[in-house]
Amino acid sequence: MKILKPAVAGTLESSDCMVTVEPGCGELELDLDSTVIRQYGKQIRRVISETLTRLEVTDARVTVVDKGALDCTIKARVECAVYRSNDIRDALPWGGAIQ
Amino acid sequence: MINAVGREIPDEILRATGKEPFQGNNYKNGVPFRRQGPIIRPNMDNQHSKLVKDIHEALVRCRAHSGMTISFHHHFREGDLIVNMVMEEIHKMGLKNITLAATSLGKAHDPLVPMIEDGTITRIEASGVRGKIGQAISAGKLKGLAIMRSHGGRVRSLMTGETRVDIAFIGAPTSDDYGNLRGIGGKTNCGVLSYSHIDGDQAEYVVAITDCLVPFPNFPAHISMTKVDCVCVVDAIGIPEKIATGAAKPTTDQRKLMMADYCTQVVVNTPYFKDGFSYQTGVGGASIASTIYLTKIMEERGIKMGFGVGGLTKPMCDLLDRGMVRVLMDTQAFDLDAVSNVINPAHHRITAGAYANPFNKGAFVNRLDYVILASLEVDVHFNCNVVVGSDGVITGAQGGHPDTAQGAKCTIVICPLLQGRIPAICSNVTTVTTPGESVDVVVTDYGVAVNPNRHDLLEALQKADCVPLVTIEELRDTAYAIVGEPEPVEFDDRIVGIIEARDGTIMDVVRKVKTFD
Repeated sequence: MKILKPAVAGTLESSDCMVTVEPGCGELELDLDSTVIRQYGKQIRRVISETLTRLEVTDARVTVVDKGALDCTIKARVECAVYRSNDIRDALPWGGAIQ
Repeated sequence: MINAVGREIPDEILRATGKEPFQGNNYKNGVPFRRQGPIIRPNMDNQHSKLVKDIHEALVRCRAHSGMTISFHHHFREGDLIVNMVMEEIHKMGLKNITLAATSLGKAHDPLVPMIEDGTITRIEASGVRGKIGQAISAGKLKGLAIMRSHGGRVRSLMTGETRVDIAFIGAPTSDDYGNLRGIGGKTNCGVLSYSHIDGDQAEYVVAITDCLVPFPNFPAHISMTKVDCVCVVDAIGIPEKIATGAAKPTTDQRKLMMADYCTQVVVNTPYFKDGFSYQTGVGGASIASTIYLTKIMEERGIKMGFGVGGLTKPMCDLLDRGMVRVLMDTQAFDLDAVSNVINPAHHRITAGAYANPFNKGAFVNRLDYVILASLEVDVHFNCNVVVGSDGVITGAQGGHPDTAQGAKCTIVICPLLQGRIPAICSNVTTVTTPGESVDVVVTDYGVAVNPNRHDLLEALQKADCVPLVTIEELRDTAYAIVGEPEPVEFDDRIVGIIEARDGTIMDVVRKVKTFD
């Protein structure tokens, strides 16, 4: 999927994360800030890039501010932000690109 | 060298501090030592006035100098104004290399960080450090070592002369002009002055700072004029409402209430729960709810508590007012209800030494049946960490945790399985403050684990079939299954602090945190 316009999903509440996607400059660029970066930084990066790969996003600027969200939450927020950037609200591919 | 809780204590630290590695709870039991005394300057002149006009004059009279050790108590908790007031004056005088030997430091003392950066304060000894000072120490800004010791351990270190205090500053809610100090009767009451008692005995100079001067004699004195050199009157020594900052209100959090229920079930189904039992609990939401549940069962079964001890809160004082506990032994008031309750004749003040010093001939903690504690982390060896956050940054205090845990017959630690994404039950705690040999039962929202060394407690709880029993490894595995196994936090080689065991040996070291990139 292409990132057509900037979009946001999530909050800055504890145990959530806020994901912002913006059109990129030809590649994936990830900016991560997390309250648990020392213990889970690598795992969070992995979850984000796996999710983007599944959604076939290859060109985007992704900013994640994490407040200790679980992997399932991070995935859901990334997916939501990407679909919002495409204005897709209906007929979402549950069980397909959206896990 | 690897110590008894499996932690590597580098030789350089053993050499630099002259300390031994921790070798088990009772390593120093019965080992004789000589109590050290301070230098004292007699005052026989009946014309002499102890009153000084300001902190500056007090410092001059007490020969303040670079390199000295000064001490403070933390009875005003987050409302404390004394430490900053004195340190500002010391900073103004240009003194350097000060060792700050406070009983504890909190967020109220954030303004001291620039004085750590410019070398005014180069060593810190305290129960622990919250707020920005903790961050500064973990970032390697303190030139010397930070020593974290328990309330009992601090009294020991003053008694043995390991810590020699040049000037002790005692914030006193009331004082007369001759230095009889009380924790009540003024405008900023803290109830008791328990932590400062040992400073009165062991410091070379003692300065009382009060905002309420009363006629001589201010009696019965909690700290006597016989120990006080100067009395300084200031506008305010603390902010009373902030004494209770951080203390919990009755919780409605279902997870905490469930843990409180498990905890109460553990207490009432173990053999020490009988008429005259003794009990200490903390200020956490679950601990307070547990005390309230426990009261109900005590009433049903006609069981009364013999004594309650510790940092006291309203629910414990309510027990006293209702005749459910014979006496309360108070080292610290955690809320204003506890402060005002000290007028009850069965609410006794005790010194921090009587409470928890391992090097006297018997402290109150040794007579505890139950203590209910919290912990930032508990590992599969039952070791607890209450000082260093899971991110490696110093963020808490030992308090009486290791003292009561060792002393009590049944030590219960309440700890939710997860704190956000951080697993509180883990393979190895970041830093050990209380050794697993002191910890008997761990209560979580995913079940209750009993230390395998306590067959007796496990059998009693199995028979009662009152709580979901699991092993500590099962708890850890459940936590990791939900949040993933955390990566070990990366540290720099430099040691910025040590966690001292009650007996003065080294339990663990705290290293500088690496900047994460």
